[in-house]
Amino acid sequence: MEHPHKPTPLTKKFFTPWVIVLAAIALNGILFLLARFVFGIGAVTNLDNQYPWGIWIGLDVAAGVALAAGGFTTAAIGHIMHNDKYESIIRPALLTALLGYTFVAVSVMVDLGRWYYIWHPIIMWNGNSALFEVGICVMIYLTVLYIEFLPIVTERFIGRVNLPGILSRFNKLVNTFLIKLDKGLDKTMFIFIIAGVVLSCLHQSSLGTLMIIAGPKMHPLWQTPILPLLFLLSAIAVGFPMVIMESLTASRSFGLKPETEVLNSLSRFIAPLLGIYLIAKIGDMVIRETFVYLSELNSTTILFGIEVVIGVIVPLRMFMSPAVRESTKGLYIASMLVIFGIVMNRFNNFITAYNPPYALDSYMPSIGEISVTLGFIAIEILLYRLFVKIFPVISIPAKKSLSKTKFAIRGAAK
Amino acid sequence: MSQNRRDFLKTVAAIGTSAGALSALSPNKVKAKSPENLSEERMGVLVDATVCIGCRKCEWACRGAHDIENGNIQDYADEKVFETNRRPDYDNLTIVNRYESSDEKLSNVKLQCMHCDHPACVSACIVGAISKKKNGSVVWDTDMCIGCRYCMVACPFQIPAFEYHKALDPKIVKCDFCDERTMEGKLPACTAICPVEALTYGKREDLLIEAKRRFKNNPDRYYQHIFGEHEIGGTSWLYIADKDLAGTVFPKLDNRTAPGVSESIQHGLFAYFVPPVAVYALLGGIMWLTKDKKKTEGK
Ligand code: SF4
Ligand code: SF4
Ligand code: SF4
Repeated sequence: MEHPHKPTPLTKKFFTPWVIVLAAIALNGILFLLARFVFGIGAVTNLDNQYPWGIWIGLDVAAGVALAAGGFTTAAIGHIMHNDKYESIIRPALLTALLGYTFVAVSVMVDLGRWYYIWHPIIMWNGNSALFEVGICVMIYLTVLYIEFLPIVTERFIGRVNLPGILSRFNKLVNTFLIKLDKGLDKTMFIFIIAGVVLSCLHQSSLGTLMIIAGPKMHPLWQTPILPLLFLLSAIAVGFPMVIMESLTASRSFGLKPETEVLNSLSRFIAPLLGIYLIAKIGDMVIRETFVYLSELNSTTILFGIEVVIGVIVPLRMFMSPAVRESTKGLYIASMLVIFGIVMNRFNNFITAYNPPYALDSYMPSIGEISVTLGFIAIEILLYRLFVKIFPVISIPAKKSLSKTKFAIRGAAK
Repeated sequence: MSQNRRDFLKTVAAIGTSAGALSALSPNKVKAKSPENLSEERMGVLVDATVCIGCRKCEWACRGAHDIENGNIQDYADEKVFETNRRPDYDNLTIVNRYESSDEKLSNVKLQCMHCDHPACVSACIVGAISKKKNGSVVWDTDMCIGCRYCMVACPFQIPAFEYHKALDPKIVKCDFCDERTMEGKLPACTAICPVEALTYGKREDLLIEAKRRFKNNPDRYYQHIFGEHEIGGTSWLYIADKDLAGTVFPKLDNRTAPGVSESIQHGLFAYFVPPVAVYALLGGIMWLTKDKKKTEGK
């Protein structure tokens, strides 16, 4: 390796004008959240008996899970296939997945009418329910993500345990515990890494099964028995663009040199992955002959067009071009388009496509719903910023060539 | 460069196989389970829209039987409500709507949960709070419900209502086929009060025979189709009218059960945990192979 990178806590200051803007958006969201818990779902949202699910499920949960796919796709390519060169992107992707899924869980809770019973599915099972499967998988995967993140915590604190005041006499004890924990994790991590990938494949696809039971209530442009496959393929396709977008944003925001080389080689996978997804999607339409619905021009077909053309075909073409892949700007724009396309897809599946039989008018998210969704995104970004300052997540070029750090190939059975 | 290509092929192959493993079990290969207790003895109600006079006494009685404030029965004669197309809600589990029938005559039709034979809501409920009973009614356990509202997403008739106005303990509400009353041997409240016998309570089998008898005796009076006999796999509540109710009063539905496809996929993905375990083994294998390769390549 020419530029050895080592994950290091960043030292840049936390507050910038952008951070303040984000904090304001977060605060606004929190206010509406409070209103939701005090006055009920009906007071804050535009949901009703016809439209039981809105953007809190369609975007916060469904799109949130898809966009956190970078965690398992990078784990697959870096850890499972032992591609050391992707080392530097695994931790940022892991952190995003961790935050992403945490907020998926929080969003589910906010949307549940009886949120204090969120634990019920653990003991009350319904194997026929796609939602049950999603719920259980997400719960387990979230735990796995926290376990995968633990070594980063131990790495941060081993030899640096410094408890305040009287607690300081436990410093040594805690340190020994951390070292023990770290050793144990080191040996068993591969189990969790594989489990993480399997669990991801399962619930990414089950999320697609969710709307199948709505049957004819869902527009035929989206309703298909292969929805689970489409959801899985699109999640895999959006994983790397997410990682690229974040990495570029982070390096810009923290004034680091973008890791062009790694990102460039990562971006080569995107066109084929998007291609597979597109083929499955178009192939399915041809087989079911649903393209006939495209002859009408209405908001539904326009949204479909935007999703497929701007969100899949354009970035697919862009990622095929080496010139785009080599330019930071090109990479950024193309990645953003893929992300946009998948978010649109989830929105379309859960909201545009859903046409309840007796609805008099269609659902539009309320100010409250939008505020909460934006608020969560803002909080996630702020937490990301905070975490990379506390924990060694982002790799920065090391001064001299280091031998492989002990913590570099986490999870690889050595 | 060659290194790059190999990495790439390796990755795509691996992702392809794992996706393939997941999707290989195509839907419909695995048969969906039918509810264990779909009893031959299940009850139903035959609604004859040609008889209903739209007095809405059934709405009043229904509220009364479910501890919902139901006011004065005389007020229900007010026909203004027919101007809007109403839907069942948390404070009104059944409603009567007026619709224009074949020869521009006005007819009335009472709506509530259909108590499907293969209910989408039962299949969907995340905690299994809803169940189809032997007597045909589809009932639920409020204490289990977490308020996810997936049952509402699933129901083809858009029946379950949710108490959106409540911050604490909002409930899912729908017609429960007067489960308490029928267990005591009483008729459902609506059926008991109906002054013109627009509603007939009985064994579903017998109701089908009765409907066909009416078709035969009065062929001009009816559109010869029992809505609910086969729709969505069959429903406990059956409707006959002077015109086709599908596409107007009810959505157009085919005869496949609502949860069929979804359940086959669900069971396909999880058939005895084989697919998840297979993917796990596959990924473990790849992890081992690539690791060994790195060792032999030396470094
Ligand atoms: S009509 Fe809807 S709520 Fe009633 S049993 Fe059928 S699926 Fe369930
Ligand atoms: S809202 Fe309640 S009854 Fe309906 S699916 Fe969710 S848990 Fe089940
Ligand atoms: S009580 Fe009978 S006649 Fe009156 S509205 Fe109800 S179903 Fe119709």
